[in-house]
Amino acid sequence: MLEIKDLHANVDGKEILRGINLTVKPGEVHAIMGPNGSGKSTLSAVLVGNPAFEVTKGSVSFCGKDLLEMSPEDRSHEGIFLSFQYPVEIPGVSMVNFMRAAVNEQRKYRGLPALNASEFLKLMREKREIVELDNKLANRSVNEGFSGGEKKRNEIFQMAMLNPLLSILDETDSGLDIDALRIVAEGVNKLKTSENSCIVITHYQRLLDYVKPDIVHVLYKGKIVKTAGPELALELEEKGYDWIKKELGE
Amino acid sequence: MSVEQQYIDLFSQQKDSICRHSTDVLNLQRESAFEYFQQLGFPTRKQENYRYIDISKFFEPDYGLNLNRLDIPVNPYEVFKCDVPNMSTALYFVVNDLCYSKDCSDSNLPEGVIVGGFNEVAKTHPELLAKYYGKLADSSKDGVTAFNTAFAQDGIVLYVPKNVVVDKPIQLVNILRSGVNLMVNRRILIILEDGAQARFLVCDHAMDQVKFLSTQITEVFVGKNAMFDLYELESTHTNVVRINNMFVKQASNSRVHLNGMTLHNGVTRNSTHVTLAGEGAEVNLCGMAIADKNQQVDNNTMIDHVVPNCTSNELFKYVLDDEAIGIFAGLVLVRPGAQHTNSQQTNRNLCLTREARMYTRPQLEIYADDVKCSHGATVGQLDETALFYMQQRGISIREARLLLMFAFVNEVIDTIRLDALKERLHMLVEKRFRGELNKCHGCAICK
Repeated sequence: MLEIKDLHANVDGKEILRGINLTVKPGEVHAIMGPNGSGKSTLSAVLVGNPAFEVTKGSVSFCGKDLLEMSPEDRSHEGIFLSFQYPVEIPGVSMVNFMRAAVNEQRKYRGLPALNASEFLKLMREKREIVELDNKLANRSVNEGFSGGEKKRNEIFQMAMLNPLLSILDETDSGLDIDALRIVAEGVNKLKTSENSCIVITHYQRLLDYVKPDIVHVLYKGKIVKTAGPELALELEEKGYDWIKKELGE
Repeated sequence: MSVEQQYIDLFSQQKDSICRHSTDVLNLQRESAFEYFQQLGFPTRKQENYRYIDISKFFEPDYGLNLNRLDIPVNPYEVFKCDVPNMSTALYFVVNDLCYSKDCSDSNLPEGVIVGGFNEVAKTHPELLAKYYGKLADSSKDGVTAFNTAFAQDGIVLYVPKNVVVDKPIQLVNILRSGVNLMVNRRILIILEDGAQARFLVCDHAMDQVKFLSTQITEVFVGKNAMFDLYELESTHTNVVRINNMFVKQASNSRVHLNGMTLHNGVTRNSTHVTLAGEGAEVNLCGMAIADKNQQVDNNTMIDHVVPNCTSNELFKYVLDDEAIGIFAGLVLVRPGAQHTNSQQTNRNLCLTREARMYTRPQLEIYADDVKCSHGATVGQLDETALFYMQQRGISIREARLLLMFAFVNEVIDTIRLDALKERLHMLVEKRFRGELNKCHGCAICK
């Protein structure tokens, strides 16, 4: 589904990604861990086409198409979704109008007719239940005045609405209390099928207790330095990153 | 020859016909206003309140003036048939400066309410005009006010007697109509006695593509405990210059909501002067401008807190594209002794291009020590992080920009207390941003 080859990227002229290689197959859950500043968020930003990041080398193909050639909106239409680490507040734009625009543009891209008002509201209602998102929040401006937990739940709600092939969860667990973490993780699991895949970026094991990864990668200084099964996450939780640094001869 | 000279000559030569086609109350003030005009001339950029637009140059071209009140061949009731959908209004038309007094057949305004042209109202209620006309608009202070007072022959009068509540909104459609370049000098006089309530919607349109210059002086008297909403919507074209000086005086515990929206225009100068003269008075003064190409919108406001315990809220928002110029200058004056004044002023602006220009000048002058006054002004671009967030959700950059622009101006539209008008404006603003409202097709509200 996703194939990243020798990906290099800069931000403000500074090289952050220094040759990432990663393959994600349908149905897989990958966890990417790593110390602060290793390039985890940069990787997610590059995959969704954030203009602040410049790809200097390498290739990314998604379902056989050249992802780096696509606009951010077309990447979304093709099925890539990013749950933002810091969801953006958009005062004055209601969740309903925002989601309607998003869903209908995706449908248009895929040659489907736009949903009418009642179909759309029905869809909203259905998907809201997945993350127990209050109806009141759905009627408010996008993320405005939402608590940290509500914002993250709202991200997963949007994920449910757009039904992506590849979801990237960028530190979706940060700032969540235990109950909110459980709701968010259960939401992610409910949306999981054998067709779609997930990249979970996190510092901690606790999200991975709920969302079980198939493969765990360690990103360090812009490269994937270690790849193993779920036991790697437990080991990192216990021992930190120093032993990996030692292995690398630092 | 100065810009003023042609008008000085015109007045001297045509004074008799100006007066003949007007009415005593207006004629009485003409001579002194003309003298002030000769002293003051048109405003230039040397005056602080006119720093950014040279008003005098708009008076240079040779406009026609319909001083002899030749009938303009148009029946507005034929041209503009419908109301705002779902909103029945008492509908009136002023073509150039001539009021078509025949109102809608179903208007049924409460007894004692007067709506009509000056010349007509002068016949039945001369004492009313004499009591109020020209009492707020001071010709000695402003060249445009003096000029208008010297030349204006007609316009419209709205009077609501004591404790009368007019449920139905009153809509005035100002139509500029001419085959040649035309100057129009128009007056609006609004009087709400104590306890009266009314809502007034004024739509400015231009039917022909010639050059128009309109000066309009609006005087509004709001009595004790009275409530008045005034919505002004301009949707004209790029050859129209509109200069509007409005003066509002509020008695104690009155509530006034003013909202001036410039959807499409050429050059617009709105000066709004509100005097809070009685304790407990409250004014909400809002405005919105959407401008592109070389359009210019200048809102100059002054709120005068004369007495204690009054409230004023100001909110103005501009969206400027291409090489448009926006100007906002807002003065809040808190006079000595006007304690417990509560005043808030906000001006937020979006410049969508590097060439668009916004000049904003909030001013507070406070001479009382127990007051709560705040102000804020910003000029910026659309939020890049919000745009990217929307793109990630599949919303195209164009739609994302539109959504943010609607959200930006909706804050002003949402202050409107007429639901049908609010909905209509959401639609008109969307059309405007999508570039589908490029010229005036008659009354945009009605069609």
